[in-house]
Amino acid sequence: MTLSSDDDILSEAEKWHQAGRGVAIATVVETWGSAPRPVGSHLVIDEEGHFLGSVSGGCVEGTVVTEALDVIADGKPRLLEFGVADETAWQVGLSCGGKIAVYVEKVLS
Amino acid sequence: MKADYLARLNQSRAERQPCALVTRLKDGTQRFLTLADMDRDPLHVELVQAFRLNKSTVVEREGEKYFITIQAPPLRIIVLGAVHVSQSMAGMARLLGYDLMVVDPRTAFASETRFPDTRVVAEWPDQALPALGLDAFTAFVALTHDPKIDDPGLELALKSPCFYIGALGSRKTHARRIERLQKAGFAEADLARIHAPIGLNIGGVSPAEIALSIMAEITATLRLPAKAERLAQQGG
Repeated sequence: MTLSSDDDILSEAEKWHQAGRGVAIATVVETWGSAPRPVGSHLVIDEEGHFLGSVSGGCVEGTVVTEALDVIADGKPRLLEFGVADETAWQVGLSCGGKIAVYVEKVLS
Repeated sequence: MKADYLARLNQSRAERQPCALVTRLKDGTQRFLTLADMDRDPLHVELVQAFRLNKSTVVEREGEKYFITIQAPPLRIIVLGAVHVSQSMAGMARLLGYDLMVVDPRTAFASETRFPDTRVVAEWPDQALPALGLDAFTAFVALTHDPKIDDPGLELALKSPCFYIGALGSRKTHARRIERLQKAGFAEADLARIHAPIGLNIGGVSPAEIALSIMAEITATLRLPAKAERLAQQGG
C-alpha cells in the first residue's frame, strides 16, 4: 500500500485504532547530519507488527517496530536514538552517517 | 497520544484548520492546540516560528524538551484570471508546493486545454471564492485587468485572512482601484494589504518572468519573519 504523505498515515492510524487494534505512532523528532527522513515523519505500527510509513530509509524500521510492540504492551512512550557511533551500528544504524531520534507512543483510548 | 488528539489532528487537516500538538518528551504529557490556543501557550514564540517554517521541531524550555508537531494546511494560491501569467504560475506553483487554482468567468479563457492539470473554475469570483474558501494559508492574486472581475474578488480577499493579496496593474491603475475600493468602504490599512504593482521588482517582462516575481513575492510574504508573525495572528 502506498500513502502519499505522513498525514495519510495518521488517518490510517486512526482507522486502525477504531478497528480495535493496538496502535503505536513513531515520529522522527530530531535529526543530525544527513538523515533520510525529515523531522515529523511517521511510522505507524499495530500489535501484530504491521506497519506503514517510514522513519528512515528502512535502516531502523525493524528495531522501531520491535520497540513499538513493547510500547503497545505497556503503554509507556519511548525515545529511541539511532546513529553510527558504535560497532553495532550496522545492525540498527544508519548507513548514511546521520543520527536520528524517534519518539514512539501508543494511541490511548 | 490520546485517540481524541489523533482524531482532532486528522479532522483539522480535513477542514484546513491549522493546529499543533506539544509533547513533553520526558513523560509524554501532551496538549493539543488550535490557532487560538497557541496565542496563550507558553511556547507561543516557538510555535509561531515552527509555523513560519512549516516544520515540526524539538524545543527546550527550562531544561525540558518538548516536541512541537505542526500541522498547517497545504498552501494554496487562488488566481483570478485565466491569463498568460497564470499559465506560467501554474507550473511554478507545482514546483514550490502550492495547490494553485484559477477562477475566471470568461469561459474562453478558463478552459482545461489552456490549464492542463490545474483546477479551473469558470465562475464569477463572488460565486467561486466563498466555495473555495480564502483562509490564512491562501494567497489571492487578481490578474484579469478588468475591474468588473478583479474588484469583487479583491473585496472578498480583503475581508478574509488570506496571507497575500496581489493585483496586476500599473501605479495609475492601482490608484483608481484604491479609489473604487475606498468608496466601497475599505479603510487605508485594509487596502495596504494589496501588493500592487504586483511582484518583486526584478524587471520582469515576459509572462513567465512576471509569474516569477509574483511567486517570489508570495514566498517572501510567507517566509520573512515580521510578516509571518502577522499571519499567525490573523488566524485561520
